Amino acid sequence: MSSLYEQLGGRDAVNAAVDIFYRKMLVDSRVSGFFDNTDMDRQIDKQKAFLTMAFGGPNNYSGLDMAAAHKPLVDRGLNDMHVDVVVEHLASTLRELGVGEEQIAEVARIANSVRDQVLNRAA
Amino acid sequence: MKLTFENRDYLLNPGETVLDCLLRHEQAISHSCQAGACQSCMLRLVEGEVSDEAQIGLKDTLKVRGCFLSCQCVPEGEMKLVRADGDDLCIEAAIQEKGYLNHNTMILRLKSSAAIEECKPGQYFTLITPDNVDRCYSIANDPSVDGFVEFHVRLIPNGAMCEWLKNTAQVGMSVKLRGPAGECFYVGDQDKSYPLVLAGTGTGLAPLYGIVRDALQQGHVGPMILYHGALVEKDLYLVAELNALAGQYKNFSYRPCVLRGEAGQFYTAGHIEDVVLQELPEDKAATRLYLCGAMEFVASLRKKAFLHGLSSRLICSDSFT
Ligand code: HEM
Repeated sequence: MSSLYEQLGGRDAVNAAVDIFYRKMLVDSRVSGFFDNTDMDRQIDKQKAFLTMAFGGPNNYSGLDMAAAHKPLVDRGLNDMHVDVVVEHLASTLRELGVGEEQIAEVARIANSVRDQVLNRAA
Repeated sequence: MKLTFENRDYLLNPGETVLDCLLRHEQAISHSCQAGACQSCMLRLVEGEVSDEAQIGLKDTLKVRGCFLSCQCVPEGEMKLVRADGDDLCIEAAIQEKGYLNHNTMILRLKSSAAIEECKPGQYFTLITPDNVDRCYSIANDPSVDGFVEFHVRLIPNGAMCEWLKNTAQVGMSVKLRGPAGECFYVGDQDKSYPLVLAGTGTGLAPLYGIVRDALQQGHVGPMILYHGALVEKDLYLVAELNALAGQYKNFSYRPCVLRGEAGQFYTAGHIEDVVLQELPEDKAATRLYLCGAMEFVASLRKKAFLHGLSSRLICSDSFT
């Protein structure tokens, strides 16, 4: 059986999803403040890394990396609500791309599995 | 097999990626996801070949410059590499002409056979004076057609480069150029029918003027519109040349915007950002947008154009710091 990442369409799926997802984040005032870095290209690349990971694709991030990447955001108040928002936009992005509910649930499960690391809580 | 990085050779282990090899040799290469997504490990190929696999997801303007993701690249032959943002060698050039485009903008034309072969209209060079003052300037023409490199220089009171250009620089004098760099240039090898929108403030017009003429030269057939934003009317320049170009090519239009302008003039009175956003082409997903000029202008319009539906991969920008 092929992996979730392959079922979703691999890197093409990431490229198709990234603009839609990032637009949702930028216009949602609950989370847009975390993306005020003016270097949009860099942000887009980071979001691709995020999507690749959430789609179950190849990545070499450890829990420690995830904690370090989000530490400055936690210092600025990142909490469970924000992770919920991310998961919500992730799901609606995939829905727009015609992905089935079962696979969307799987993606949400992967994203939620690193919640504690992202929020810098010792699991 | 060997790899040449910044002029030093490194031996590759079988099956090893470029990134792993360089890290193993303790070269400081930034990297993060190691899955070809985050693009932090991008390097640039100078000689050799790179597989399509290592360029997936990169902008066309980066691909044609030989940029690739080192974590996704297992070399099949010898490769010569540099950092993607690395300084290229310095090139000798001589001042061929200097003059004025308007009350606060100079034009500088330089002769240099080496520079002419290397660069694309819209990229930039760092200009270095004999006393080592350096500033970046965009290429405003197609040097391979004209035989010289043209820069537009905004005159800043007491700016070191401006003072040198005004008071010391003379025709025939030697200067150095470093580069070229930058990813703002025309890409038309696959399709020449997409809509092109170009918007610049101040001497941000220079690269756009280069790109427009390059696109027309290469036979671009899609609609092209160039916006030049200025504070007051006398800050505009190349008005006659751009109007002539618009008269000559049906698919090209020129739209000067003056912030403190009056209604009923040859320009549009208002903020360039509002004018551009109001007039975005219908086919937003296919539109390519070039933005050059002041940093706040570029960052703001870039984000707004993206939120209006333009694809992030089709927005190219250069800003002055
Ligand atoms: C739901 C679980 C999450 C996962 C799996 C995740 C994953 C990632 C990954 C893989 C990166 C790239 C790290 C790098 O290579 O440097 C990243 C960066 C980033 N994430 Fe998350 N993330 C999550 C939640 C969030 C949330 C809730 C926010 C804010 C609302 C957020 C905001 C960011 C930002 C702003 C960056 C870029 C940081 C920088 O510029 O260095 N992430 N994330």
